[in-house]
Amino acid sequence: MKNSKFAWLLSLMLVVALFLAACGGDKEEGTETTTDTTDKEKDATTEEVATDEEQVLNLIMTAEIPTMDSALVTDAVGFDLLNNVNEGLYRLNQDNVAEPAISEGEPTVSEDGLVYTFKLRDAKWSDGSPVTANDFEFAWKRAMNPDTASEYGPYMMDGVIKNATAIMEGSAEYTELGVKAVDEKTLEVTLEKPTPYFLSLMSFGTFLPQKEEFVTAQGENYAKNSEALLYNGPFTLANWDGTGLSWQLLKNEEYWDKDTVKLTEINYDVVKEPGTAVNLYTEGQKDRAGLTGEFAMQYAADPELINESETSVFYFKYNQERLGEKTPLANVNIREAMSKGFNKQDLVDVVLANGSVPANYLVPKDFTFDEDANDFRDVNGDMAEFNAEEAKAAFDKGLSELGVSELEIELLNGDTESAKKMGEYLKNQLETNLPGLTVKLKEVPFNVRLDLDTNQDYEMQIAGWGPDYQDPYTFMNLWLTGGGNNQMSYSNPEYDKLVTSSVNELAQDPEARWQALADAEKLLIDEDFGIGPIYQRGLMFLQKPYVKGIVAHPFGGDYSYKWAYIEGKN
Amino acid sequence: MTKYMIRRIVYMFITLFLIASATFFLMKALPGSPISSAPKLSPSQLAMVEAKYGLDEPVPVQYAKYMLNLAKGDLGNSFQFKNASVTELIMNRLGPSVLIGTQGLILGVAIGILLGMIAALRQNTVWDYGSTLIAIIGISIPSFVFATLLQYWLAVEWGLFPVGLWKDGWMSSILPSVALAMGPLATASRFIRTEMIEVLSSDYITLAKSKGASGFEIAFKHAFRNALIPLVTVLGPLAAGLVTGSLVIEQIFAIPGIGEQFVKAITSNDFSIIMGTTLFYSVLLIVIIFVVDVLYGIIDPRIRLSGGSK
Repeated sequence: MKNSKFAWLLSLMLVVALFLAACGGDKEEGTETTTDTTDKEKDATTEEVATDEEQVLNLIMTAEIPTMDSALVTDAVGFDLLNNVNEGLYRLNQDNVAEPAISEGEPTVSEDGLVYTFKLRDAKWSDGSPVTANDFEFAWKRAMNPDTASEYGPYMMDGVIKNATAIMEGSAEYTELGVKAVDEKTLEVTLEKPTPYFLSLMSFGTFLPQKEEFVTAQGENYAKNSEALLYNGPFTLANWDGTGLSWQLLKNEEYWDKDTVKLTEINYDVVKEPGTAVNLYTEGQKDRAGLTGEFAMQYAADPELINESETSVFYFKYNQERLGEKTPLANVNIREAMSKGFNKQDLVDVVLANGSVPANYLVPKDFTFDEDANDFRDVNGDMAEFNAEEAKAAFDKGLSELGVSELEIELLNGDTESAKKMGEYLKNQLETNLPGLTVKLKEVPFNVRLDLDTNQDYEMQIAGWGPDYQDPYTFMNLWLTGGGNNQMSYSNPEYDKLVTSSVNELAQDPEARWQALADAEKLLIDEDFGIGPIYQRGLMFLQKPYVKGIVAHPFGGDYSYKWAYIEGKN
Repeated sequence: MTKYMIRRIVYMFITLFLIASATFFLMKALPGSPISSAPKLSPSQLAMVEAKYGLDEPVPVQYAKYMLNLAKGDLGNSFQFKNASVTELIMNRLGPSVLIGTQGLILGVAIGILLGMIAALRQNTVWDYGSTLIAIIGISIPSFVFATLLQYWLAVEWGLFPVGLWKDGWMSSILPSVALAMGPLATASRFIRTEMIEVLSSDYITLAKSKGASGFEIAFKHAFRNALIPLVTVLGPLAAGLVTGSLVIEQIFAIPGIGEQFVKAITSNDFSIIMGTTLFYSVLLIVIIFVVDVLYGIIDPRIRLSGGSK
């Protein structure tokens, strides 16, 4: 009896102790954060006497920051934040054109288009030290150093910056990369071959500077949290512990163009549940919330709804050779039937209903522009549009060429709720418009789909691509014969010739180059029906009407807050 | 007793070793790569990154290296959080998960016991049916539905609690804890009710009654204590249930806990985090079950812990 009483008391005490300990720890943290914010708010109010409105923006992210090391970053959140706290030679402006940033004016380019010489403006790091040419040389070489294990360094520099390819193959040292600080303010970059989109690359996260003394001094600790980083952009990062769900951006008083920056503070919280994000928005804690699935439909008529078009395009990949054997999709008429056999407008309006638009093309609209600001999209216009009669005619022709009367085709698709809905819709459309066709849906997780794609073990799949730099080539090079992302045995020597000419003999002739890329796109989509475009993805947001001037970008960091401000909140 | 404890601890390590090995090979069988941009990279680009992480070595070599590091207590670096070690990630995320888990368990079990007792003492009355109804609701409504309802009514509509986020100290933990408490509440109340009804009809209660003991004395001193014993047994599984429940609850309330990382790590092939969180949960459960077993032996003298060694 006595024994059992003691045991109960003991266990009760243990539980209570655990409970109190957990509570105590939490409260301390809570108080700390609150004091921090109040201090900062006070600072902000004393500095910003001129404006009467508090220039504070409250945002939601759907994922954590995996890393703030510009050599290691690979994800949307990281690129987005780097674009706002750091600055490279160039920056995308409000019209999404890359313009000189840390570079003072345009660089001088050698006759052969291989050597770019940048003069740097007087800019400072957040610790007050100057941004020098060596900061660029160091950061780029570090991204090519095998010890850094950068993914985007080799990916972006391969075939562009001199010696990058040789470094990856082991025939050159990373120190031999074609970038050199001539003096403190002069940076010389040597290219492998003339690269028409090189200057837009200079606004990309991988090409940001890093201060050598700082990175070396921090060693293993570099970029572990917001204290272990330096900033030379419009904002600085604060209160980020390296893995946490919240952080802040504060106006960078050392930024060379700080007079343009109006926001003093941006507060971020990671909210992965769309419903919670909407609740925080309606409650007024957050100024912007992304809408997906059912929420997009629910708020479709809301006056605070905004629609943003993204630059990711989704399409059917037609595999012509499955595991070494020809598929029915090797027949061009069958491919034509698939491309034209479903109603894209209904798909985006009713099934997706998230702001996406039908795609009758591969290179997205509002993405690349020529020197007169004309969209690349204007050259070819729409191709392979929905046309039930043409689709049926092509399908019948294809069937007779194959010598069959019926066809079963497997459609490989993702396993998310929205992907499944789309798969069902496409199956229904194709089967209705193409009598004799049976579509077998195969829904698998993303990683499994990638595996099947790599092994070319599928017939037809819904895939997508987002750009890595601002040039049609980032989409067009996918379908070169033997290309790493082709994986469907599409091969047309004429297509190869047109696409490769755009980075070789036509590299310095913008007009002929665009025409060549446009011709290649027409060949791929409208003659070969190598892929079947479906839609260009869009995003829907609720945004408070007092939030102004957020700029959305087609590649690299998603948004710039340099020009954003609050007006009419009170 | 000491012998029993030592044996149990040795078993615990063997279990952990087996779990770690199984997890390692299952992980390697997952499709995809922990290198997030692998699908984009060319073979030579990918090779450069894989060499750095030792992913190019044969699986048995990777296994041996991994187990050696693990023995040294080194869980390695995360693949997603490129500058954070697994230990750092778990430590940063542990607090909120432990807080809502513990509160949820205590709250659920306490209210469950109360409801169970009321139901047993007022058998076949409105009280009994009411508590049964609550238990059925608790069992049948998944915690995430309950969480969403709580969030909508108590936070958005009535503004009593924060909608989510981990910013208002203890207040932030209330709704998630309540949502988590529903499962244990239902289980505890059912267990207590059944046991108490059984105990109340046993001979020694009749004896106590005949000796003139008050109703209160009978309920608490005699019936309740005996009814608690089976509840202790299910505490282990209940705690396990909370761990899995918290995966979703943490996401709904946007709480920086460890649960949601467990799921995310698997979909992104983050080998080190998968291993780290799996081992962490395993240790937690093994320890809870061990403590419950020891307590059980102490509470109920009929259970011989050192059974077998005569």
